[in-house]
Amino acid sequence: MNVVVCVKQIPDPATPGEMDSQTNTLKRDGKLIMDDSDSYGVEMGLQLAEQAGGGEVTLVSMAQDGETSGLRTALAMGAAKAILVSDPALKGSDALSTAKALSKAISRANPDLILMATESTDGYTGTTPVQVAELLGLPSVTFAKKITVDGSSIKVERQTEAGYDEVTCPLPAVVTVTAGVVEPRYPNFKGIMDAKKKPVEELTVSDLGLDVSEVGSSGSRQEVFEIVAADARQAGEKVVDEGEAHQKVIEFFEQLKLI
Amino acid sequence: MALSKIWVLTESQNSKPISISLELLTFASSLGASLEAVTWGGTASQISEELGSYGVSKVLDAGELNGSLPGSPVASAMKQAIDAGNGPDVILIGTTYDGRDIAGRLSAKLDVPVITNVTGLEISGDSLVASHSIFGGTQIAKSRFTSSKSPQIFLVRAKTFQAEPSNSTTCGVESLPVPEIGNSGAAKIVATHVEELTGPKLDEADVVVSGGRGLGEKDNYALVEELAKLLHGAPGASRAIVDAGWVPYSYQVGQTGKTVKPTVYVACGISGATQHLVGMKNAKNIIAINKDADAPIFSVADLGIVGDVHKVLPKLIEALKSRS
Repeated sequence: MNVVVCVKQIPDPATPGEMDSQTNTLKRDGKLIMDDSDSYGVEMGLQLAEQAGGGEVTLVSMAQDGETSGLRTALAMGAAKAILVSDPALKGSDALSTAKALSKAISRANPDLILMATESTDGYTGTTPVQVAELLGLPSVTFAKKITVDGSSIKVERQTEAGYDEVTCPLPAVVTVTAGVVEPRYPNFKGIMDAKKKPVEELTVSDLGLDVSEVGSSGSRQEVFEIVAADARQAGEKVVDEGEAHQKVIEFFEQLKLI
Repeated sequence: MALSKIWVLTESQNSKPISISLELLTFASSLGASLEAVTWGGTASQISEELGSYGVSKVLDAGELNGSLPGSPVASAMKQAIDAGNGPDVILIGTTYDGRDIAGRLSAKLDVPVITNVTGLEISGDSLVASHSIFGGTQIAKSRFTSSKSPQIFLVRAKTFQAEPSNSTTCGVESLPVPEIGNSGAAKIVATHVEELTGPKLDEADVVVSGGRGLGEKDNYALVEELAKLLHGAPGASRAIVDAGWVPYSYQVGQTGKTVKPTVYVACGISGATQHLVGMKNAKNIIAINKDADAPIFSVADLGIVGDVHKVLPKLIEALKSRS
């Protein structure tokens, strides 16, 4: 069971984001980390490969400048190797151009299963995984909360508005994993040391047979052209609870005729 | 060139169009273009009359799909119609599980981008301009397509518009045939599990009570559920407790999650990270209960209670129970 897990390296969400005023795109300089959302796919991929009794997890990611710090985290968790599409031409890529680069890189790993997060923390378009599936001509199951491998197919519990659906799907397939469905392992010391030696294959856009005009800001046929301040919300009354503050909430509900 | 035709992807549940679809139809109907609804699932004839009251002249029905997940077959059917010259200038799709799948598939098939996470749309000249709430809702980014290639696909968040019937017309149903799609449509639904929903849906509820890390442990989420029930509202969650596996993803309010606009939003033990604020900042009234007096959630709260949720919530629940 060879699994590809796509991993996005993003600016730390704990630090406030900033827009580049020239391009109106999110600034991505400074240290990047693995998107937490991807840790569930990495864990799921490792578990499935272990259960299958063979095979490995290959990471696929992209960057403008050879950044690997986020990939090392996933390698330390236990992934065997990584493919990094790294090219300055990728700067400003939208979801579809990202999908084009990722799908080319994924097909080189010839996986049985491709796992991705339902959406990234920073861009959160949530469309890239399905675009990847379409470009690879593969079936996709999104919003998975459980995956069971059954020979050459998988059974997936797919989250719905009202509960979940059981979905069967032949392999290879693209599956997106929702957060919280498995507990991502913490890398141990040996894992962290090993990760430094694990292979990361770096490829450029032209290595993948893509034209640079298909990716980056030239391939992205949409733009943010203006950023304006939103209406600010005023903070109201603030009460320190000394045992009776719930009465304030009751009064508030009463004013709104909620109760 | 003005907009001449718009498609709105219209989903139904229990043989009724869902709220987000009606919200998009209301906006689309105001643009004066010919309005068609793309649907599937075998309910087209049951919903066509209601869609007519929203100005839809034609329902394009992709049919039952024989258990396939909708993403691939519905997008293939749309592409076939577009290739045949029957496509629209604009396609509006609600940010739902299936809506995102269909938008992604269609985008890759047609090689056109999608503008996602739209929280506002306006006409500017002959094209649409989208707004997006960013950085915790403190700023609004405005975006547009730079290519004239149509159709222009927008994925729009719930509650961006208010659903209201207008421009009523007679609405017919026409088949939108699904071509042979092969392997990409091989994912099949074999069983459906419906969890009993006792209250309103999260993104349609008038009252939302959400819980966060401040609840301390998973079992304490029961307090949030109980308060939501007493207020006839829906329980929600911050990303932190979804990531921790306390509640499913469908409960999540925020940037990576749902947008809600209830009359009252009660945030319990939620610090108010920008991730969360984006999803609830436009509630009419916000109440926050958090023991950290400096928590960012208080900057948007109409009523802030600086206190321990483990103490305040049980008392609040008791007080509400004693009134009923």
